[in-house]
Amino acid sequence: MAAIRKSAGDRVFDVCNYCLLILLSVIFLYPMLHVLFASFSDPARLISHRGILLYPKGFTLTGYGIVFKDRNTLLGYANTLFYMVVGTGLNLLLTSMGAYVLSRKSFMLKKAMSVMLVVTMYFSGGLIPNFLLVKSLGMYDNRLALILPTAISAYNLIVMRTAFSQLPDGLEESAKIDGANDFTILFRIVLPVSMSVVAVMVLFYAVGHWNGWFNAYIYLRTRTKYPLALFLRETLIENRISADMEFTDSAESFFTKALIKYCTIIVSTVPILVIYPFLQKYFAKGVMVGSLKG
Amino acid sequence: MSRAVTQAAAPRRGGGARETGTQNGGSFFARLLRDMRMNRYIYLMAIPVLAYFILFHYIPMGGAVIAFMDYVPAKGILASKWVGFDNFISFFTSFQFGRLLKNTILLSLLQLIWGFPLPILLALLINEVHSPRFKKGVQTISYMPHFISLVVICGIIQDFTSSEGVITQLFSLFGGPDSNLLLKPELFRTIYVASGVWQECGWGSIIYLSAMSAIDPGLYEAALIDGANRFKQLVHITIPCILPTIVILFIMRMGNVMSLGFEKVILLYNPNIYETADIISSYVYRRGLVEFDYSFSSAVGLFNSVINFALLVTVNRISSKVSEISLW
Repeated sequence: MAAIRKSAGDRVFDVCNYCLLILLSVIFLYPMLHVLFASFSDPARLISHRGILLYPKGFTLTGYGIVFKDRNTLLGYANTLFYMVVGTGLNLLLTSMGAYVLSRKSFMLKKAMSVMLVVTMYFSGGLIPNFLLVKSLGMYDNRLALILPTAISAYNLIVMRTAFSQLPDGLEESAKIDGANDFTILFRIVLPVSMSVVAVMVLFYAVGHWNGWFNAYIYLRTRTKYPLALFLRETLIENRISADMEFTDSAESFFTKALIKYCTIIVSTVPILVIYPFLQKYFAKGVMVGSLKG
Repeated sequence: MSRAVTQAAAPRRGGGARETGTQNGGSFFARLLRDMRMNRYIYLMAIPVLAYFILFHYIPMGGAVIAFMDYVPAKGILASKWVGFDNFISFFTSFQFGRLLKNTILLSLLQLIWGFPLPILLALLINEVHSPRFKKGVQTISYMPHFISLVVICGIIQDFTSSEGVITQLFSLFGGPDSNLLLKPELFRTIYVASGVWQECGWGSIIYLSAMSAIDPGLYEAALIDGANRFKQLVHITIPCILPTIVILFIMRMGNVMSLGFEKVILLYNPNIYETADIISSYVYRRGLVEFDYSFSSAVGLFNSVINFALLVTVNRISSKVSEISLW
């Protein structure tokens, strides 16, 4: 839109638009900033403060010290990393195999399999039958319960299939002539040239594992298997502070409890907030392909 | 069989084994077997994928029959007694039914009314920005809340709406209550919807922005020559061009009207505000997994799924009649 000459109306429009967007950005950003400032604040001063925080009140690292020393934080982090790495690995393996199969034009069961997948996007047995199934498979209180039932997302598979079917046919055909089988073609040729869709998949699945708490909440009983999200739930929602964090002085405990909450939020959220801007250029692609006609 | 012939009518050389599977006639199964032999690796790859969907999606769909039973876990599905529609009838006649239905529908509608148009508006605003850096900055910031885990979001909501929380204090300046907002039934829907919009608005705008970036710039140039100002260009070019995207997303949204995010409800609600906060799916969770009333809660869940599906089909049919845009 090479503007020939900006009219006064257009200029007013621009100014209003920029102001509005800056205001919105502040709204999107402020809650996390508030938590960040509060996590460094002196708890005694924080409690007497009212309203918006524009900078930390005082400065202390006490909260972070406690959170990092807490065994539950470390355990939760380790477990979440495990679920995320193993889960995303399996997600990627199965999703790319399914997507590859469905992107073969000559595959005879293509239509039937596509329908079968799409149905699951709109209809499910419901919470209870799923729970009973997982239980009857012996996965109750088993780490597998967080990995197998969510091994493939039909939506993601369709996104990936669409990306695969846009690849030129010649790519695989020459490999076929050279005697490569489909596994070789998928892992050596198709996946390496589809890195942008792979990045989207890794992001979607990994964020799902990172943020997921409900399956862990209903399937896991042993605390040593808990992902970070369940410990977060105890600290943030139930206001329970882990045994490692107990204090003898009750007044101090009251102040520090609030501080620990803020520090826990920051510690658990920062990793993903640091990573996502680097993957931003892939989002549009993934979101776009998936939501318009499978 | 005629299809096999037409498919084979233009055989491609060099395609190797793949086409030969469908070249000759024969019954469907004979062809399938031949195809399996020729492309066995394809079928080998399909097996785990099919197994996953059958095991974790279709078996639970079959498992939903316990809604028509008096299911006793010790006896299993085969030995439990059939009770027909008893579970449904006792749900429809319970005092909870009206309240749950109303809460679910109201919360969904509010979420739709606020959550659907706002990402479109945000995308329109962002699209009008000329500076690429400013544009990217705003986008990055607006996506951020999407990546914060739900537990953390709900923890922040709890903190901000507690009696000393920022939001409570800000609103008390304007005459709002000075106590814990999550204990007030009349405020639950506002908190739920507002926080949802805050979290997903930016993320939801991505798809519209991509649709807008696909618009032919020639259209704007022509409009400019015709003397259309920015607002007119927005109304007459941008919006009509992204309309198909809007309609498709609206249909998909309708199909999920009844499957509200109950995880967020479970994290936020408390018995004090059940009268507005309890929705069908959170009730299913409580009756089923807290009180272990499996059959009853399956019936409630099934009712929810059926309504959902019916809504999706209806909206899709209306849309394909009115605008010829349809999901299938």
